Amino acid sequence: MTGKFSDSDLTPIAGGGLLDRRLLLKRGALFAVAAAATAEPARGDAAKPAQAEDFADPAWLHRTGGAFTSYGTPSKYEKYVVRNIGGNREPAGDGVSWTPLEDLEGIVTPSGLHFERHHNGVPDIDPKQHRLVIHGRVRRELMFTIENLLRYPMRSQFLFIECGGNSNAGWHEEPIQRSVGSFHGLVSCSEWTGVPLSILLDEAGVDEGASWVIAEGADANLLNVSLPLSKLMDDAIVGLYQNGERLRPENGYPVRLIVPGWEGITNVKWLRRLHVTDQPSMTRNETAKYTELLPSGIARMFTFVMDAKSLITSPSHGQTLEGPNVYQIRGFAWSGRGKIVKVEVSADAGKSWADALLDEPVMTRCFTRFRMPWHWSGQPAILKSRATDETGYVQPERDVLIKERGRNGYFHYNAIVSWAVDEDGAVTHVYA
Amino acid sequence: MSTPKLTKLFMCLACVVIATDAEAQSRAQAPQLGTPMSKADVAKWDITVFPDGRGLPSGHGTAKEGRAIYVQKCASCHGDQGQGATAEDLVSGPMPPTAGHPNKAIGSYWPYATTIFDYLRRAMPPSAPGSLSSDELYALTAYLLAANKIISESDEMDALSLPKVEMPNRNGFVPIDAKK
Repeated sequence: MTGKFSDSDLTPIAGGGLLDRRLLLKRGALFAVAAAATAEPARGDAAKPAQAEDFADPAWLHRTGGAFTSYGTPSKYEKYVVRNIGGNREPAGDGVSWTPLEDLEGIVTPSGLHFERHHNGVPDIDPKQHRLVIHGRVRRELMFTIENLLRYPMRSQFLFIECGGNSNAGWHEEPIQRSVGSFHGLVSCSEWTGVPLSILLDEAGVDEGASWVIAEGADANLLNVSLPLSKLMDDAIVGLYQNGERLRPENGYPVRLIVPGWEGITNVKWLRRLHVTDQPSMTRNETAKYTELLPSGIARMFTFVMDAKSLITSPSHGQTLEGPNVYQIRGFAWSGRGKIVKVEVSADAGKSWADALLDEPVMTRCFTRFRMPWHWSGQPAILKSRATDETGYVQPERDVLIKERGRNGYFHYNAIVSWAVDEDGAVTHVYA
Repeated sequence: MSTPKLTKLFMCLACVVIATDAEAQSRAQAPQLGTPMSKADVAKWDITVFPDGRGLPSGHGTAKEGRAIYVQKCASCHGDQGQGATAEDLVSGPMPPTAGHPNKAIGSYWPYATTIFDYLRRAMPPSAPGSLSSDELYALTAYLLAANKIISESDEMDALSLPKVEMPNRNGFVPIDAKK
């Protein structure tokens, strides 16, 4: 099974059969892939072989192809790659949908698969009737139309957005057995384009003594959060475009706040109002929610930055390795504090680690794709990945995080994730 | 005109230029398309409520009045006694936040009473947010505070009394990435 590799290729550099990452750069190196083990009905249909039995001469070679379409859609054979919706029954628009991380590659999340967290549905906003206002401790209180905002100088940046509640099943006493997207899929990464908020705040003329800005959305929940003025002046964007096209309604059309590296709730969708002020307004979301209760009974509040984190997406829960072979372990890492500088992988439950290859470009507060060659011998193994960011912060082991935070914090779970591979190649989620 | 006077004038002009340089540079590249708002316009938009009571509207209500509204508009999701239904618990048991399975309901967790009024006004009830009058909102807020045994049934809540309510978990938070 491993005949394409030389003995020196297969010399491990860490326990469990991890190989040198430079093997990935070697021409002709072929790697096996882990396959989804339990096919859902939709996936089973899509995977049915086409009727053509002569692979050299399939039917589509002999008939006219489809017509042009004004807006493209994914292949019908990829219909299973969808957001997994976890909505509440009442109201129907209060809930989340997860990005299917295990089905995606690279660092960009297609806009239609970006995770969602809505508190009372997606508003149907007519951009001609929508306004953004800046008021409070400013010299000129201003109102902007969307048409006007589109005429301002813009900036574009690849940035992840992660919900503060992402991965919260990690706090459970028993490891949850779900696909990586249905467990950790409240994180996505896009190219966001819009007007630097500092330009608009400068136009309004911020007063001395202003230190906070209360941002409010135009949904039926009028979602509001308080944010430090310094961060918004530093790098926040009034987002108008996502991945090259105007925002989609579920991602905040016609305008949302982009706050690089900060938890999802601060990236207020359907942005309508920025109230420049001298103190936070202590909204429901920054007091009753999005605060982390510690074992002492005291809760952490204003926990804006998303700490470094990484995930192995292949192999991951629900996938199967089809026999001993050389595999490419792959996944991605991100940090709200800046660039990822290192991702280490372990195939022996953390006893030894080896540096993974990072795909270029590596950008600040953005997904970074990592890859690691691995010779699986057929023996049970436990895979882990560990991210380090440019501030020196290292993603913690789960027991370290639990010791520090207890188990009632609910938000900001960023511990190392462990996947167990059994002798049949089946992959499950374990605490190890 | 004497020379010292001229010098003073020149220096003054220089100061003005330096002070506005950064802002002017930033504005030079922006088209300046914001429309100035009148005080009346701003008042229509400004619904921020602060913990010290700034921003609270006029109006008033008591828990007794609030109970009737609660039963009609809230109980189907939040339960007749404010807990154990499909939506989150509003009324805490006696458990403090340190207990094994702490309840993060209003009485045990929320640090400011003004937050209740603000959130009800924005978001409740989900089928008709923004439909409650200020009097109804004060009454509902009073009901939730009384149900959590923080005020009495007859205490009237308004723009002056609400921010004075001392929430049990007022000091239960430590700021991490910003000062309060």
